[in-house]
Amino acid sequence: MGSFEEIARALIVGNHVRVRELTEIALKEGTDPQEIIYKGLIPGINVVGEKFRNNEYYVPQVLLAARAMYAGMDLVRPLIAKLGARYLGRVVIGTAQGDLHDIGKNLVAMMLEGTGFEVINLGSDVSPERFTEEARDKKAQIVGISALMTTTMPGMARTVEALKAAGIRDQVKVMIGGAPVTQLYADEIGADGYARDATAAVAKAKELLSLV
Amino acid sequence: MAEGFLERLKSEVLVCDGAMGTMLQARGLTGGACPELWNKNHPERVQEVHRAYFAAGCNMVETNTFGGNRLKLKGYGLEKDVADLNYLGARLAREVCPPGCFVCGSVGPTGHFLEPLGDVSREEIYDVFKEQILALAEGGADVICIETMMDTEEAAIAVRVAKENTDLPVIATMTFELDRNGYRTMMGIDPVTAARRLTEAGADVIGCNCVNGPEIALGVLQEMKPVTDRYLMAQPNAGLPQLIKGETVFELGPEVYAQKYPVLLEVRPHIVGGCCGTTPEHLAFVVKLVKGINS
Ligand code: B12
Repeated sequence: MGSFEEIARALIVGNHVRVRELTEIALKEGTDPQEIIYKGLIPGINVVGEKFRNNEYYVPQVLLAARAMYAGMDLVRPLIAKLGARYLGRVVIGTAQGDLHDIGKNLVAMMLEGTGFEVINLGSDVSPERFTEEARDKKAQIVGISALMTTTMPGMARTVEALKAAGIRDQVKVMIGGAPVTQLYADEIGADGYARDATAAVAKAKELLSLV
Repeated sequence: MAEGFLERLKSEVLVCDGAMGTMLQARGLTGGACPELWNKNHPERVQEVHRAYFAAGCNMVETNTFGGNRLKLKGYGLEKDVADLNYLGARLAREVCPPGCFVCGSVGPTGHFLEPLGDVSREEIYDVFKEQILALAEGGADVICIETMMDTEEAAIAVRVAKENTDLPVIATMTFELDRNGYRTMMGIDPVTAARRLTEAGADVIGCNCVNGPEIALGVLQEMKPVTDRYLMAQPNAGLPQLIKGETVFELGPEVYAQKYPVLLEVRPHIVGGCCGTTPEHLAFVVKLVKGINS
């Protein structure tokens, strides 16, 4: 079937109208919604990430591609929920306090969702207290924190501390990421995992919940 | 006074200040707090930074109003305080500005993308900048300094606002990184395109700021120079910040910064200064280098 490739291609060039159309057609033809995600949308967004890293793409192209991915996801998401598919786990995700960079975090959120996690996206500039409250109230298994600036990375450490103070540190896994973040930093602040991109984030999330 | 500013650029290199944000952090500004609110709550600390730069020999300082637009202040629930915080920012600098020196009203990006990429229209951005720039002018700014821009369209709108609503000279600088295509803003814009667009929009001074060190600034200005008849300005930062044991440390200390700086002066920019991570100590070295050219 050429349509997965076509979906990926439309996503890569940021054509959200075309992605929506192609997704509709595929669904009408009875294609498994999960397959549309795994074989069309995710491979497409992976190429976009690669192009950004190689300076073939800049922020405008990434934003357009993300919008195209949403166009597909918005159609597929309700169907997956209806299938009654069991979620792999519940993730609360946001960017660290003071940080407004949310493009990468949103990609990670979308990919997690696409792979079957239930994702509660808290947006950007999320305080340690808010992470903690949401993690407790929503009974999340994973707290994902993104930071794109060295000045906001300490918010990740404070969140780990806040989870401890609230007595729920052992009930959640903390996963962190963002361009300046490293495995070393994750170890230093006592986070459970780090991933360098959205694909690795999905693998890490599964690993943290022993799903692999 | 404003006219005197452009006049001065004909015959001498002026030195602008260095970082405000990182200087305020050193005085207790925390990650989640609004820097512009300090114009109201800690005016003495903001003035202390301005004074330190003037004492280091800088000819001009930038007001503590970089993020003082409605769209950014909204993030702190301060969207109603735009006029106050910008007016105060300009006043604070004005009060400590020695004769013969200048106050530059700092205007940073809104952090939003223009339609159709983002969610704000050109008209809205125009209004947002107008509100901020009018308050800066009223507070006593001599010059409007639109800086750290990444999108030429957003920058051009800000320049237009300043030109159409005040009679102050206008500086417009953008920030570039060196990648495998050359110098590019995060929106993918190169220095030549930026210089043409900012010139067309009517800026009196154009250039780059918050670029990673003096060499990058040199490269950007070299590309801009042939396509513009405007004055040139560069404010390189002190390199990339790193988080070492919970402290933000910049790559280039004052001495190393000073060693790297002379190459930038080779393109004969009209205004030079520093950006993130630079301190009055860094700028004292720049002042010394510039004295050598001016005499
Ligand atoms: C886009 C951008 C912006 C946009 C953000 C728009 C938005 N809505 O997100 C705007 C214009 C608003 C912006 C503003 C600023 N920015 Co900015 N920005 C960038 C830029 C160009 C790209 C970031 C990006 O979106 N990358 C694309 C995504 C896809 O990649 P990513 O975020 O890394 O995410 C991937 C991985 O890291 C990982 N990941 C991300 N999050 C997570 C989370 C988890 C849990 C996991 C597992 C993985 C993971 O997966 C993602 C997908 O593969 C970078 C420079 C660069 N080239 O990286 C600077 C940069 C991050 N910005 C910077 C700065 C300084 C600022 C400002 C302070 C500038 C200013 N002076 O105003 C402000 C700060 C605003 C704030 N308070 O946050 C600096 C940070 C320096 C530092 N190290 O501290 C950078 C590095 C530029 C530079 N070289 O100086 N910026």
